[in-house]
Amino acid sequence: MSELPAVAPRGRLADSDLLAAFLRSRVAMLAALATLLIFAAAAFAPLIAPHDPYDLASLSLLDSLTPPAWRAGGTTTYLLGTDDQGRDLLSALLYGTRISLAVGFASVTFAAVLGISLGLVAGYVGGVVDAVIMRIADVQLTFPAILIALLIDGTVRGLLPGLTREESAFGVLVLSIGLSFWVQYARTVRGSTLVEASKEYVLAARLIGLSPVTIMARHILPNVLGPVLVIAAINLALAIITEATLSFLGVGMPPTQPSLGMLIRVGQDYLFSGEWWIIVFPGAMLAILVLSVNLLGDFLRDALNPKLR
Amino acid sequence: MIAFIVRRMVQAVVVMLVVALLAFMMFRYVGDPINQMVGIDTSPAAREALRQRLGLDDPMPLQFARFVANAARGDFGVSYQFKQPVADLLAARLPATLELSIASALFALLVGIPMGVYTGLNRHAPLAKLFLAVSLVGISLPTFLIGILFIFVFAVHLRWLPSFGRGEVVDLGFWTTGLLTVSGLKALILPAITLGLFQMTLIMRLVRAEMLEVMRADFIRFCRARGLTARAIHFGHALKNTLVPVITVTGLQLGSVIAFAIITETVFQWPGMGLLFLQAVQNVDIPIMAAYLMLIAALFVAINLVVDLLYVVVDPRIRLAGRAT
Amino acid sequence: MRGLAATIVLVGLGGAAWASDDTTFRYAFQGELSGLDPYTLNETFSLGTLANVYEGLIRRGPDMEIIPGLAESWEVVDDTTWRFHLRRGVTFHNGNPFTADDVLFSAERVVSEGSDLGARIPPGAQFVKLDDYTVEVRLATPNPILHSEWDAWAIMDKEWAEENGGVAVTSASAETPNYAALHANGTGPFKVVSHEVGVKTVFEANEDWWNWGDRSFNIDRVEFTPIASDATRVAALLSGELDMAYPIPVQDIPRVSANPGTEVLTGPELRTIFLGFDQDRDELLYSDVKGTNPFKDVRVRKAVYLAINEDAIAAKIMRNLATPSALMISPSLYARSGEFERLPYDPEQAKALLAEAGYPDGFSVGMDCPNDRYVNDEQICQAVVAMLAGIGIDVELNAQPKAKFFGKVLASGGYDTSFYLLGWTAGSLDSHHVIFNLNTCRNADGTEGGAFNLGNYCNPEVDALGAKILVENDPVMRDQMIFDAFTIIHDEVSHVPLHQQGLAWGKAAGVALVQRPDNKLLFDYVKK
Repeated sequence: MSELPAVAPRGRLADSDLLAAFLRSRVAMLAALATLLIFAAAAFAPLIAPHDPYDLASLSLLDSLTPPAWRAGGTTTYLLGTDDQGRDLLSALLYGTRISLAVGFASVTFAAVLGISLGLVAGYVGGVVDAVIMRIADVQLTFPAILIALLIDGTVRGLLPGLTREESAFGVLVLSIGLSFWVQYARTVRGSTLVEASKEYVLAARLIGLSPVTIMARHILPNVLGPVLVIAAINLALAIITEATLSFLGVGMPPTQPSLGMLIRVGQDYLFSGEWWIIVFPGAMLAILVLSVNLLGDFLRDALNPKLR
Repeated sequence: MIAFIVRRMVQAVVVMLVVALLAFMMFRYVGDPINQMVGIDTSPAAREALRQRLGLDDPMPLQFARFVANAARGDFGVSYQFKQPVADLLAARLPATLELSIASALFALLVGIPMGVYTGLNRHAPLAKLFLAVSLVGISLPTFLIGILFIFVFAVHLRWLPSFGRGEVVDLGFWTTGLLTVSGLKALILPAITLGLFQMTLIMRLVRAEMLEVMRADFIRFCRARGLTARAIHFGHALKNTLVPVITVTGLQLGSVIAFAIITETVFQWPGMGLLFLQAVQNVDIPIMAAYLMLIAALFVAINLVVDLLYVVVDPRIRLAGRAT
Repeated sequence: MRGLAATIVLVGLGGAAWASDDTTFRYAFQGELSGLDPYTLNETFSLGTLANVYEGLIRRGPDMEIIPGLAESWEVVDDTTWRFHLRRGVTFHNGNPFTADDVLFSAERVVSEGSDLGARIPPGAQFVKLDDYTVEVRLATPNPILHSEWDAWAIMDKEWAEENGGVAVTSASAETPNYAALHANGTGPFKVVSHEVGVKTVFEANEDWWNWGDRSFNIDRVEFTPIASDATRVAALLSGELDMAYPIPVQDIPRVSANPGTEVLTGPELRTIFLGFDQDRDELLYSDVKGTNPFKDVRVRKAVYLAINEDAIAAKIMRNLATPSALMISPSLYARSGEFERLPYDPEQAKALLAEAGYPDGFSVGMDCPNDRYVNDEQICQAVVAMLAGIGIDVELNAQPKAKFFGKVLASGGYDTSFYLLGWTAGSLDSHHVIFNLNTCRNADGTEGGAFNLGNYCNPEVDALGAKILVENDPVMRDQMIFDAFTIIHDEVSHVPLHQQGLAWGKAAGVALVQRPDNKLLFDYVKK
């Protein structure tokens, strides 16, 4: 939704004894287990899913709105029931999770790479470059993800008129979510860089003639990776939620390739009508996924913070 | 210091211009406003005439220049859809959005800080873990779904609270407020919580993290050594030291609260600027979209400026001007 | 103005928001009332709402029958001359008397620049004042349906408009707001008390209404709130905060009906939902078929028709709140519509036709669809995609919000579509509207011919019939010509008609109201 502040502590990734801390935390282990299971289900969706939700020719309207198997009128063909188009909900759920995670990972990676690079440059080079980058960051913050999505969606369509929503939606989502998240990395990294760059070892590195790129990559970057990792974990959860929100606003994945968010958006139409399974299963899946990832992010933050040990 | 402020003001103007330009680029692709302004069976010739009167056929740079020139005079044009000056429309909707945003920020602070303090001090208490888990649930579902679930439970099933709108509104002449009537206050509860849930989680976790760090700081050890009571240490010293980041974050978040009120306002039909904006997007009401974006941009720029100044005050080590390279 | 101030105070000090007040009628619609000028937007909700404030020369009753309005009676003097006798003793809300001058003024205003209702008066028609209460309309060509849309042509007060600078129509391109966009002064049963755009509009009964003695409503105040979100609108009705809300999403109808205290009023709507094909270009814009346009072949169009199981769409997606249709017009608007039948659902024959046309393995095509315009529009399109996949046609669906959709597929977007879903209501409540707009040949930019014939289905025979229908005064002959035109359109599958979507109004059980197929809510039939 919006940016989380960089409350992540400073500290080197390698300093922490992650595994020991992990084995001590039952919550972290549970969260990791749930995350792993969901990741696996998403990764192997084509193998596990009983139906192919993208094969439109196999859909039959006459099978639509079938309740889950254990309810009256349900059938084992559709374990979790079907949606308004007769799509198997279990299969749609597996594929939807896959899409949501793909959008999440891609946009977080994009945001992190962009944000770290710009943050390093801004903090290290300073001056006009710094001012320009940070002003761009201000402009960026002005545009909530939904507006960025509209802008990118429109621009992509304007530039490539032949593109359908099915082809462009993924890229548009990754770009817009990524673009709305990078500022946070940039600010965190810039802040750390400002502090690190004034330290003796960086001055020394500069004196012995190392290039700025080398200094940034070898000496400054490792010091800021800890907070970045924590932000990334929390951002992954946030990206998945943002994708869902964008679906609500009509700029998400197309309904023929529904993400979790799109499934929820479609499902909310059935909240009053008694076909609860269309919204409950995707909603629960999303909540469990985001919760697990968030808990893992929490754990990472605490574990990576030497002061808390 | 003055030079710094002046420089930032100049930058702010540039930022606003860039926002305006980006917004303008966006409008080209949101859709065709003409279709929203006429009935379906209006002839293509009449549509073309309207397009020309609106100046939509003019080249982009010309449209942009015209917009900036007018906006500089505070004139944002007339809404395509409502045929009213956009400035008036936004002014009429501003109180609703501000009341909602401030109420949600208050909710976030008043609930978030105590929960953060508690979980920070009692790190391993079961209740602290429960707070943490519950707060995470709040950010594990999209806002629109939380809003709809609230309506479902509290308006339809329990019938405690209204499902839409601001209730009875009192017009004070310069401001319309829902805070003076019972129905207005009731109507505020669900939207404010929906909007504030995310910030509450944020603040709670922030306060907790800061408390955990501060409690290990040297000056707290001194306090302990001096024999101060736990209560005095926790609230007199530790909490005070966590508040600076809390204020910063809350300030920064206030802007995004207003921006993200769009979704809450849509779900609850809250007659604020966010709802106006989203409907303007659907109806391709370019003057409203432009003015709203400029307003939000101005707000963000102002908040950023204040926060930057605060940083300087708090940590003089961060020098104002760029460093020599 | 004093009334407005008083009401604001009243609103401010008023009690709970719950609909407990017995004489206030609270309702919500999904869209907004954009302005109060009755000539700015030719759109059902806007016109329907303002029809409670402004009146036309004619009115339409509960069954859409034409009844006298501000004109007490009228006669057709000869083929091209109509004479209207105005109602006496009628006053506008500001107290001004209603006379022939107001009709002449309104006739001039409605065709002036900025009016979206210019088509209310045929080109070349002249309005002549015979005396204060008689107006003659002299036409350039015969026109049997001259007055059919005049229930939605509001008569405005000349003096009021002149005094307040409201003579010019509040053009959609106005630089400054027009007085008439924010204020209303009609002759109708309700007055506008306050209008907060997009938030709330309040009306109050007009005790000086000419028909007050015979009124069939007992409410004295109406509050309108737009609620865009379906779930919120339904919730507000279920929780008793509203007396009426529309539309109710089809899937929520059982819930609203089962809820104690609320019920749903359903009925047929005039709008027909259909599919159209690009039959103009030599090669489709969005298809893997190159060098030729498969939709120019009637066999392909017929195959698409046969592949669509409209009964399933009506039952499952529309939950039976739709009437499958063989024609492009509602059966209630054309007496002989019963003589047409939909082609049966027959995917096997569809496959055979495709093979015969040279596409045994089908082909791919892009489809344009709105996702916020008609009832369950996107779901219908998805179902069509799945059904066509069954006969080998691979459809790539491009479902977009209406602002984008119309910007792409209409004339302004260069008719940028290969295959689309659209809805159409015969605005004049007459078949000619459908034949002309959707089925006559057009030029490239749509300035001549059927501008909404997006795919440019073109048959000179239909064009000729359309021209004759327009000026034929004999009803039987006219219906025969319409029959002939519809037969050609049906046989050549110019479009694939799907259904007339249904209306679903949710209301409190204690409220009685009239639901007309034109989806207009008339306050003067509301009883609480």
